[in-house]
Amino acid sequence: MVKGYIHSTESFGSVDGPGVRFIVFMQGCNMRCKYCHNPDTWDKSGGKEVTADEIIKAALRYRSYWGKNGGITISGGEPLLQLEFVTELCKKCKEQGISTVIDTAGKPFTREEPFFSQFNELLKYTDLIMLDLKHIDSSDHKKLTGFDNDNILDLAQYLSEKNVPVWIRHVLVPGINDDDFSLNKLHRFIKTLNNVQRVEILPYHNLGEFKYEELGIKYPLAGLRSPSRESIANAQRLLHITDYKGFITE
Amino acid sequence: MEQKVQWRGFKGRRWQEEIDTRDFIQNNYTVYDGDESFLEGPTEATDILWGELQKLQKEERAKGGVLDMDTDIVSTLTSHGPGYINEEYKDLEKVVGLQTDKPLKRAFMPFGGIKMAEDALKTHGYTPNPELHKIFTQYHKTHNQGVFDAYTPEIKKARHNKIITGLPDTYGRGRIVGDYRRVALYGIDYLMQKKKEDFNACGSGSMKGEIIRLREEITEQYNALAEMKKMAEIYGYDISQPANNAREAAQWLYFGYLAAIKTQNGAAMSVGRISTFLDIYIQRDLEEGTLTESEAQEIIDHMVMKFRMVKFARIPSYNELFSGDPVWATLEVAGLGIDGRSMVTKNDFRFLHTLENMGPAPEPNLTVLYSSRLPKNFKNYASLISIKTSSVQYENDDVMRLVWGDDYSICCCVSATQTGKEMQFFGARANLAKCLLYAINGGVDEVTKVQVAPKYAPVTSDYLDYDEVIDKYDAMMDWLADIYVNALNLIHYMHDKYYYEAAEMALIDTNVRRTFATGIAGFSHVVDSISAIKYAKVKVIRDENGIAVDYDVEGDFPRYGNDDDRADDIAIWLLKTFLSKIKKHHTYRRSEATTSILTITSNVVYGKATGSLPDGRKGGEPLSPGANPSYGAEKNGLLASLNSVAKLPYEYALDGISNTQTINPDALGHTDGERVNNLVQIMDGYFDQGAHHLNVNVFGTEKLIDCMEHPEKEEYANFTIRVSGYAVKFIDLTREQQLDVIARTCHGVI
Repeated sequence: MVKGYIHSTESFGSVDGPGVRFIVFMQGCNMRCKYCHNPDTWDKSGGKEVTADEIIKAALRYRSYWGKNGGITISGGEPLLQLEFVTELCKKCKEQGISTVIDTAGKPFTREEPFFSQFNELLKYTDLIMLDLKHIDSSDHKKLTGFDNDNILDLAQYLSEKNVPVWIRHVLVPGINDDDFSLNKLHRFIKTLNNVQRVEILPYHNLGEFKYEELGIKYPLAGLRSPSRESIANAQRLLHITDYKGFITE
Repeated sequence: MEQKVQWRGFKGRRWQEEIDTRDFIQNNYTVYDGDESFLEGPTEATDILWGELQKLQKEERAKGGVLDMDTDIVSTLTSHGPGYINEEYKDLEKVVGLQTDKPLKRAFMPFGGIKMAEDALKTHGYTPNPELHKIFTQYHKTHNQGVFDAYTPEIKKARHNKIITGLPDTYGRGRIVGDYRRVALYGIDYLMQKKKEDFNACGSGSMKGEIIRLREEITEQYNALAEMKKMAEIYGYDISQPANNAREAAQWLYFGYLAAIKTQNGAAMSVGRISTFLDIYIQRDLEEGTLTESEAQEIIDHMVMKFRMVKFARIPSYNELFSGDPVWATLEVAGLGIDGRSMVTKNDFRFLHTLENMGPAPEPNLTVLYSSRLPKNFKNYASLISIKTSSVQYENDDVMRLVWGDDYSICCCVSATQTGKEMQFFGARANLAKCLLYAINGGVDEVTKVQVAPKYAPVTSDYLDYDEVIDKYDAMMDWLADIYVNALNLIHYMHDKYYYEAAEMALIDTNVRRTFATGIAGFSHVVDSISAIKYAKVKVIRDENGIAVDYDVEGDFPRYGNDDDRADDIAIWLLKTFLSKIKKHHTYRRSEATTSILTITSNVVYGKATGSLPDGRKGGEPLSPGANPSYGAEKNGLLASLNSVAKLPYEYALDGISNTQTINPDALGHTDGERVNNLVQIMDGYFDQGAHHLNVNVFGTEKLIDCMEHPEKEEYANFTIRVSGYAVKFIDLTREQQLDVIARTCHGVI
C-alpha cells in the first residue's frame, strides 16, 4: 500500500468545500506564497506516515456529521505532490460513498507523463476540485509564490475541458492582488471556463504568523492588515461571485 | 365531568375526566413544518414596554446589579399589591404580574435562611427589619437553621473544605416544575377539588409519619391554590375557571408560575414545556378569528418579557457560584411525541422569535428538545437564531424521550423531569478531582492541609502507580458518596419541613415520583489525570509535611476530548463507578438517585479550592465546566471533542451531561445559509450518536475580549453567551469568569 505523508487532520472543517468535512493536510509544498498560513506544511521531508485506510478509518468517525454534502477534503501542503497516495485515498473514499474534494494550488500539474495519466485517474474519484488562483498575472504570481502560473491556468482550462466541477478560490491580499485591474483580468479568465460552480474570496489574515516565528522564518507580510470590508465587497463584485451558483446550499 | 364552555372545539376524553395535560396536548396540537416567514415583528406596545424594561435594567446595572429590595414584607402569594413594568403603560401589558409591587424589586424571602436574606440586603446597602429578624430567629425556624442543627461534624468539614460544594443548604433547592399549564386548562377550582379528593384518600387511617406528613402537605397545597386565586384577584382576574382564550391561557399559566417565584427562591425556577400547549389556544383563536398573528406574537413576547424580569435577592458567595443573576426560567420548545409526530408548532418559532423581537437575553433559558427528525425548517430556524444570538441550548430529545416520555420539562439547566409527575432533590456537586487528591494524600486536603476524609494510607512513592491510585481512589469515592448522600438527605428533609414548595407541588400529582440529583465536578481533570498516571509517568512533588501538592508529568498521554478511546473509556468508567457508589445508599423519601456532569459557572470557584492535579492543571485554576474536555486538551478539532462527550452514556447521568462549545462564525461557513446548514449538520451528527446536551455559541474570541474591555458599549448591553447549562449576559460575569470563558477553546480551522 502506498504511504502518504500528512501534516495533520482536522475533524471539523466547514469552510473547505461543501458542508461539514474532515480535512487531511498533506505534508509538503514547493510554493512559498508570502501569505501562506501553513508554512509548517512546506517541508517535503517531514510529516507523519499514514496509509489511506488509516485516514479513512479516522475520517469515518465523523460520518454522522456529514449529511448529504459533507465528506473529506484533501488539502495541504500540496496534495498533487503525492498523487499516487491521494488517488488511492480518493478511490477508497468513493468505495465507501464518501464525497471527495481536492484543495490544490495546481502547481504540480503538467500534461506530461507520467503525471498526466495518474492525474486523470485521480479525477475519476474526485467530486470537486478547489483551485487556488493566487494571482492572474504570471510575473506577479511569481513574486507572490516563487513560481509563474502558466501550468496552473492550464490546469483550470483542462478541468474545464473535462468538465470537472471546480471552485475557484482567491486569497485577497491588500496591495498584492486586490487592485481592480488584476481582479477584472481574473474575472475575464474565469469567465472562459465552463465548469466553475463557485468563486470564493478568502480575505487575507495573519493568524498563521506565529508559525513563522516557531519555524524561525521571517514573515514576509509582517504588519499587513486584513482587507477592509469595502475591499472584499469590491472584489466580490468584480469577480461576479453571485454568477456562480452551480453549488447552492439548500 | 361536565363539558366546560372554555373547552369548546378541543378533542379528547381522558384529560377531561382527570388531570392529564399531556393527553390534552397530544389530542389537540397542530404540527407545523413550514418556515419562519409567518412570524410578525414586535407590536408598538411591545416596543414601548421592552424599552421601559431596558431602561430599568440599565438602572439596575448602574446601581451595582440590584434596583430595589423589600426589607419589611415577607414574600407570600398575596403579600404585594399589583405591580407593572410602568404604571403609565399598564394597559399595554398582555400578561401581568410581578414578584413584588415594583419591577425588578427583589422580594424578602427568609424561609430558606434568615441570615442569607439579611446578608443579601446588607450587601446592597439595605437595613434588615429587626422585627422580622426576631420572628425568624426566635419564633420560627428556617431551612438553613434546620440543616445546621442536624449536620454532623464530618459533613461540615467536607463542606467547608469544598469536596462537596454548592449545596442547597443556604438557598432554595429549586428544580421543581409545577405543571403551570393546569391552571389554564382546568382552572383553580377543579385543581382544589382534586387535591381535596387526594386528601380524603390519603392513608388507611393508621397515622404513620409518612401519611401524616403527606396529609399536611396536601393541605398546604390546597391552601396555596386558594391563595393563587387571591393573588390573581389582586390583578383583577378570576382564575377559578379554565382559561377561555389564548391570552387568558398565557395569563393563567403565568399566574401559576408567579406563585412559584413569589414563594421560592430556588437556584433554578423553570417554567417548563409550555410552548406546544399554548399553541393550541392560539391556534383556536386564530381559527375563530379572534386573534391575529401579530397579537399572538405579542402575547408570547409579553410573557417572555416577564420571564426576563424574575429576580431573587442573593448573597455574594451565591453569585460566585452562579454568576450573572440567573434564575433558570428554563422553557422548552420542539421535541417529538412518542407516536413519532413532531411537536413543533408555530409557537416554538414564536418563542425563538422573541430573541429577534426583543434581542438576545439569558432568560428564559430557551431549550430546543432536539432530534435530527425535527422538521428541517425548524432546525434551520433554531440554528439561525443560535448563530445570531448565542442564546439557545439544545438537548437530545431522542435519549430523553426514552426515559421521561414526551411531556418532560427541563427543571434546571439541563435536567429532565416529567411535568406534573415528578420533583427533584437538587444535590449540587461532589468534587471528584479533589477526591482523587484525597486518595493520594490519605484524606488530607491539599489546600487547607486538614484531615477531612478518614486517614487512609496515602501514596508514598515518588511516582504514581496506576493500580495503587485506582485502589485508593475507589475507597475514597466510597467515603465521598456516603457523606455526600447523607448531607443531601438531611438538606432535603429540612427543606421539606421548613421551606416546602406548596404552590409548585399543588400543580404536581400528589403521588409524586422523586429523583435525587447528585453531581460531579472536575470530571475531565480526573479523566486526564488517571490517563496521565496510566500512560505517562507522574512524579509527585510533596511539601515539607509530605503532602502531595504538585505533579510533574513525563511523557505524553491521551486526553479526553480527542475521540481517543484510551481516555474516553476512563471517562465512562468514572461516571459509572461514581453513580454505582451513590446508588448503594439510602436516599431520602425513596427517591431515585441520578447524577450529572454539569457545573454552571461554579467551575471557577471549585477550581480555586482545588490543588494541582496530575493532568498538569495547576492549583487554583478553574476546573473545566460540565463534561467539557479540559482547556487545551482538544487537539483534533470540534467534532473529535463532541465525539468524546457523546460517548458518555446518558442512562448513567440522567441528570444531564452539559457541554458548551464556541464556534467562530468564520469557521462555520462563508454565508449565513452555509452556517445554518453546517450547524444543523453538527447537531444532527452529535445527537444521533446519543449525546445529551450542547450549548452553542457562535462568536469569535476577539468579540469577547472587546466586550470585556469595553462593557460600556451599547452593542454589549444584551450580549448573551451560553455557559455551562445556562445563558448569561457576558458583562454580568466577574472578570475572572470572563477570562475563563475566553481561555476556552474557540473552534475554527484557519
